[in-house]
Amino acid sequence: MELLLDSLFNGVAIGSVLLVAALGLAIVFGLMGVINLAHGELMMLGAYTTYVTQLIFKLPILKPFYNSYIIVSIFLAFIVSGVVGILLEKTIIRKLYGSPLETLLATWGVSLILQQFVRSVPLAYGTGLVISLLIGLFLPTTFPSKIKESINFKYFKFSSWIFAALTGVLTGSVISSSVSKLSRASARNVDVTAPSWMRGQVEIIGTAFPKTRLMIIVITLISVIAITLFLNQSAWGMRIRAVTQNRQMSDCLGISTEKVDIITFGIGSGLAGVAGVAVSLLGSVGPNVGGNYIVGCFMVVVLGGVGNLLGTVLASFGIGIMTDLIGAGRLLSIWPDMPLPLSNTINFFATTSMARVMIFALIVIFLQFKPTGLFPQKGRMVEN
Amino acid sequence: MSVGKIKFDKKIVLSFWIILIALIIAAPTLLPVFRLNLLGRYLSLSIVALGVDLIWGYTGLLSLGQGIFFTLGGYCAAMYLQITSSSEFPNNIPEFFALYGVEKLPFFWEPFRSPVFTFFAIWIIPALVAGLIGFLVFRNRIKGVYFSILTQASLLVFFNFFNGQQKLINGTNGLKTDVTQLFGQMVGSESMQRIFFWITALIVIAAWFFAKWVVKGRFGNILIGIRDDEPRVRFTGYNPVIFKTIIFSIAGGLAGISGALYTVQSGIVSPQFMTVPFSIEMVIWVAVGGRGTLLGAILGAVFINYAKSLVSEALPASWMFIQGGLFILVVTALPEGVLGWIQGDGPRNLLQRFGLKRKIETYPSLEINNKEGNNE
Repeated sequence: MELLLDSLFNGVAIGSVLLVAALGLAIVFGLMGVINLAHGELMMLGAYTTYVTQLIFKLPILKPFYNSYIIVSIFLAFIVSGVVGILLEKTIIRKLYGSPLETLLATWGVSLILQQFVRSVPLAYGTGLVISLLIGLFLPTTFPSKIKESINFKYFKFSSWIFAALTGVLTGSVISSSVSKLSRASARNVDVTAPSWMRGQVEIIGTAFPKTRLMIIVITLISVIAITLFLNQSAWGMRIRAVTQNRQMSDCLGISTEKVDIITFGIGSGLAGVAGVAVSLLGSVGPNVGGNYIVGCFMVVVLGGVGNLLGTVLASFGIGIMTDLIGAGRLLSIWPDMPLPLSNTINFFATTSMARVMIFALIVIFLQFKPTGLFPQKGRMVEN
Repeated sequence: MSVGKIKFDKKIVLSFWIILIALIIAAPTLLPVFRLNLLGRYLSLSIVALGVDLIWGYTGLLSLGQGIFFTLGGYCAAMYLQITSSSEFPNNIPEFFALYGVEKLPFFWEPFRSPVFTFFAIWIIPALVAGLIGFLVFRNRIKGVYFSILTQASLLVFFNFFNGQQKLINGTNGLKTDVTQLFGQMVGSESMQRIFFWITALIVIAAWFFAKWVVKGRFGNILIGIRDDEPRVRFTGYNPVIFKTIIFSIAGGLAGISGALYTVQSGIVSPQFMTVPFSIEMVIWVAVGGRGTLLGAILGAVFINYAKSLVSEALPASWMFIQGGLFILVVTALPEGVLGWIQGDGPRNLLQRFGLKRKIETYPSLEINNKEGNNE
């Protein structure tokens, strides 16, 4: 019983990291058919945001609130990755709708640039750049409609970008002068240390669970609930669902599909940022941290079926639990005296990397029976 | 994708070939050994690019897992070289086995004692693996991005498998070939490298003609048909699964040959060849060169790799930026690649833009139809 509980918890913990990482990907892919290979790098940005937030909270002014930095960083990570995602959508992805393979290549290019960016630009100025992007993209939308509709709006827009650039440089230099660790570029991995209340373990029914893992599960839970509520209860969520179902019809009915695309992509990228916070709690953060998760995320999306959050949830927990079962060779401890060839096989696959091999084989076998995932989209089309 | 072919004069073609062959023969004397070796490697990479062009440019299958077949070919060659030059090591087995306390040669190494077997294994094994993966995927009509994702995932699986099996194939360290012997000569030696360069150049030309033969005629037409409208091909009575599987295993076989040639010239094969970025790079060589133009794949592979080595020598940090920018630029601005642009309407459009050439007037409906046809 205890063993089973332990195994279940481990599986859920692995699965929840996968889920929070795949959630954004699933939304973006389900809505726009866009394969975002830069998703892992958006996660990486989220992880770096956690690191930067942590260092900033060590400043004397914010020191009393240090313990709460992880909560703040979840929101900041959402915003940072979301802003970068929106920029990506506005500049590149918008041009490539309807050609998913091209999007795939272009976003791979973006991911290379982002990786090199965190290697060769000091994080302080990186933060400044993100802040100026944020202001530049959103300040014009806050103007009263009278200004927005006037002919001179482009000058307002232009001046707000100048203001944004200045603010960005200013914050960049302020951060770089006050936090010395952020003032120099480095390709080395950095570490996020969890605040004291998150260290240690919690005992539930006689089993000890590490608190960071629990925190990740909580983050995942909140993200899933929030995104479900948003999609099902809010007006924009309804529009997103409408566009997912039938883009042309929604366009005809007056839904601004352009805005829907931006919002969806922003939210999807923002969720990647949240996933980055979770990832930063698990290990050290480096430019390549996203690459470790991206293929797993895709497997979740493929397995879960497109455009269905429940499928994503089930697929990620399924993969998580299977990974733990196979990777830790738990079947052996549940059934110790199984025949020798079987136990040898299980031992052969009882490492993390070999578990991946096995999982993939299982997924391919599964796809032989259900080629469109757990919950396929219903329709009568021959081919989309 | 409309590729308007430019017809060249016979004399020009002939002189092109004469210059090319002269360059290949003369290259070892013109270039220093280091550069020659690099050029040889990049030429061998152009074979895998040809395969990518066949499956992506002609059939519309974007595989992100060509590294699997490339590495399999490399391992086949390296295993043969290791095993034939292991006579002075304990137990007559390659040296690295001793590190892990293995005394008996794993069974799958045995056939690699034979050069004939190895010669065939280098391309047949990758082709078979590709055929199997392809068949399982295509049978279920998994296509488009799903296919890309699955190939990428299988790449990761193979990487994990090869990376973890120290006792079978030396795991993450890979197999070295430069200190092994082939026909009594050191593989890493200068004279051998020169021979390998010539062999590579010959095989590239042979592979080019082979690929041209494959895409010529009805088989090639079906491939293009699958790329442009697969359901229509199916409804016409062809089974796309068979054609896709065949072309995917051909590409796998080409990748295997390429991997073997690359391995003997770089001196090592390791699971690093199966990392995700390398396989995606293969796609970008084809994308830059021009997909659907076989020559473009070869030129793209050679030139981008040469540019990569030159840029990385000068400014190591900037290559990632350049490469990333290249991906974005090619996809958004030059979707048909450089060669496709030259062969297509590119130069004329450019001249039109500067008013140097008169615009061709067409029916508006033609242009719309054309655009729709170009979407995929």
